Amino acid sequence: MTATASPVTRPPVQARSGGFLSRALSFLFTQEVILFLVLVVLIVLVGSANPRYVAERNFINILNGNAYIAVAAIGMSMVIISRNIDISIGSLIGVLGTLSGTIAINGYPIWASWLVPIVAGALVGAVIGFLVAYLRIPAIVVTLGLLSILKGGLITITGGAWITDLPSDYFLAQMKSPAFSFLGLNVPEIPSPILLMIILTILAAIWMRYSTTGRAIYAVGGNAEAARLSGISEKRIIMTVFIINGITAGIAAVLWATQLSIIQSTVPAGLELQIITSAVVGGVSILGGIGTTVGAMLAAILLSAINSALVFINISPYWFRAVVGVLILVTVLADRLRRQRNRASERG
Amino acid sequence: MTTIRQMDEQNPGAKFRRFLLRQEIILFIILTIAIILLTLGSDKFLTVDNLLNQGRLLTEIALVALPMTFIIVTGGIDLSVGSIMGLCAILLGYMWNPSGPFQWPLELAVIFSLVVGTLCGVINGLIIVRIGVPPLITTLATLALYRGLAEGISQARSVRNYPESFYVLGQGTFLGVPTQLWVVLIFVLITAIVLSRTVFGRSLYAIGNNELGARFSGIPVGVYKIIIYGFSGFMSGMAAWIFVSRVTTTRSDMGSGLELDAIAAVVLGGTSIFGGSGSIIGTVIGFVLIQLLKNGLALAGVTTDGTIVVIGTVLIFAILINNYIQRRVSAGK
Repeated sequence: MTATASPVTRPPVQARSGGFLSRALSFLFTQEVILFLVLVVLIVLVGSANPRYVAERNFINILNGNAYIAVAAIGMSMVIISRNIDISIGSLIGVLGTLSGTIAINGYPIWASWLVPIVAGALVGAVIGFLVAYLRIPAIVVTLGLLSILKGGLITITGGAWITDLPSDYFLAQMKSPAFSFLGLNVPEIPSPILLMIILTILAAIWMRYSTTGRAIYAVGGNAEAARLSGISEKRIIMTVFIINGITAGIAAVLWATQLSIIQSTVPAGLELQIITSAVVGGVSILGGIGTTVGAMLAAILLSAINSALVFINISPYWFRAVVGVLILVTVLADRLRRQRNRASERG
Repeated sequence: MTTIRQMDEQNPGAKFRRFLLRQEIILFIILTIAIILLTLGSDKFLTVDNLLNQGRLLTEIALVALPMTFIIVTGGIDLSVGSIMGLCAILLGYMWNPSGPFQWPLELAVIFSLVVGTLCGVINGLIIVRIGVPPLITTLATLALYRGLAEGISQARSVRNYPESFYVLGQGTFLGVPTQLWVVLIFVLITAIVLSRTVFGRSLYAIGNNELGARFSGIPVGVYKIIIYGFSGFMSGMAAWIFVSRVTTTRSDMGSGLELDAIAAVVLGGTSIFGGSGSIIGTVIGFVLIQLLKNGLALAGVTTDGTIVVIGTVLIFAILINNYIQRRVSAGK
C-alpha cells in the first residue's frame, strides 16, 4: 500500500452534520469524556469518604505504578481495532522485563537493557503478525500457544529466581523528568512513567487519526473486504499492528521492570486481562472498527484508581475483579445502547 | 456432498486418501507417534496404572472441552469456564462449610453450585444473544466477574474436611476405572451423538457456517446458543464438583487457565475456531494428547513449565500442518 491510497480511508468517525449543540452533545457522549467524568466522580466520592485517597502522593503512586498498563493498552487498542486479540501480552511483558533486567546485571550498557526488550517485543510481534496475516491462523490461537510458550519458557529458563543487584542508574521508572524546566516554566517534575504514558498515548492517537496507516487499521477492523477493495493491504496492516503492540509491550516491560529494586522473573498474574479490559473499556468498540488510545489510557487509570479506592473505603480488594467484570459489561451495554440510538436518529 | 460421493464411486482411491487426510486421522497418527516417543522416554509411561491415573487428571479439561466444542462449532468461544469452575467450587464449600454462615447439607450445596454454574452460562448466552455482544468480550467480562465473585465470597479462604463419602467421585474407582472417567465417558457419548446425529447438533454447524442462513431456515439460533452456553456453565460446575472431590479442598483460584487448556484441546482436535466444522472425537483426541504429553514429558524429566512450552508449540504446529493439508486437499478437489 502506498501513501497515495489515503483518500479512501477517511475517518469513519462522526462526520455528521448538525448544529453546534448536537456536536457538543455527541462530544459529551464520547467514551473518553464519559470515562473522565466517571473517574472524577470516583475520586470525589472516595475522596470525601477518605481524604487520604486524594492526597497527591497516593495519586501519583497510582498513576506511576500503573502507567505501564496504559502503555501496553496502546498497542492492544490497535490490535483489537483491527479485529484481532493478543492474550499473550502479560506473558510477553514478563519475559521482556526479565530480559531487560538480565541484560542490566550482566554489565551491558543501561541503554541496551532499555532498548533490547523493545526490539525483542517488535520481533515477537512480527512473528505473531506473520502467523496471523500470512499463515492465516486466528490471533486467539496463535497468542494462546505463545502464552504457554512464553510463560513456561520464562520459568524454565530463570527457575523463578529474582533478579537483584540491579545497577543504580537502571531504574527508568523511578526517574523524574525535569519537565518543561528548560522552558523556564515552574512546573513540578513529572515521573517518567507518567510522562511516557501521556506522550505515547497522544502520539498514538494522532497517528491513528491522521496517518494513512492509522486510518487503515480502522478500515481493516471495520470491514476487511471493503478495505481490501479500496487498496489496503490487510496483511501489512495486521503485521504493523502486532509489531506496534510488541513495541508498546516492550516499553511497558521496561517500565514494569524498572519500578522496583527487584524483578520477580514471573508473569504478572492477570495482567493481560487488565490490558485488554483497558482497551475495551476505553472505547475500543467491541466489534472492532472504532476506538481511541486516549480512552484506553483513561480506562487503565480508572481501573487502577478503582483498585486503590477499594482499600481506602474498606472494601476487600478481593472484589476487584468482580468490579472489573461489571465495568466491562456496563461499558459494552452502554456502547450498544448508544449505537442503537445513533441508528434510530439517523433513520429520523 | 453428492458430487463427492459420485467421485468416490468412480475412484475408491480418492475416498481412501481423503479419509486419511481427515483432521481426526492426522491427529490420531500424531497421538500414536507421541505415545511411541513417550514410551521410549520412560518405562513407567505405558502402564495401566499410569494411564488410568492420567484419566483422572484430564477429567476437568475434558468435561469443559466437550461443550466448548459445541460453542466453537457455532463460531463462539467461552473464556469464562475456568472462572465458573472457581465460583462453583467456592460456592460448594461456602454453602456446606459447617463453620460457615449457611451449613447446608453437602448434597444441596452440590446441586446449588451446579445450578449457579448453569445460570452463569445462561447469563453469558443471554448477553451474547439478547444484547448482541460478541462471545469473546462477553466471556472476557464474565471471566473477570465470576472469578471476582469467587474471590470476594471466599475472601481467599479455603474450605476443607469434607466427609469421606464425598471423595468417591474424585478418588474412588468403579469397575477398576476411576469414577470420574465414567462420567467423562458418558458425557463424551452424549455430546458425540448430539453433535453428529441430532437436528440440534447439525444446526450448530449451520449456525457456525452461516448464522443468517441458519436463522432464515428456521433454526432458533438464539435459543440454541443460550442452551450451549448454559450447558458449558453446567459442565464447569461438574468439573468443579469432581475437582473439589479429587483435591479435597476449595480455593478461589481453582480452574484458572482451564479455558486455555480446553480451547487448546478443541482447536487441536481440528475444530475450526471460525466455526462450522469440528467433532467430539477430535476434541477427545485433543485432550488425551495434551494430558499424555504433560505426563510423558514429566516422566521423561521435563519440568511442568517445559511441558507448557511443548504444548504451546504443538498447538501452533498442529494448526499450521492442518491448515496446509486442508488447503492441499481443497486444491486437489
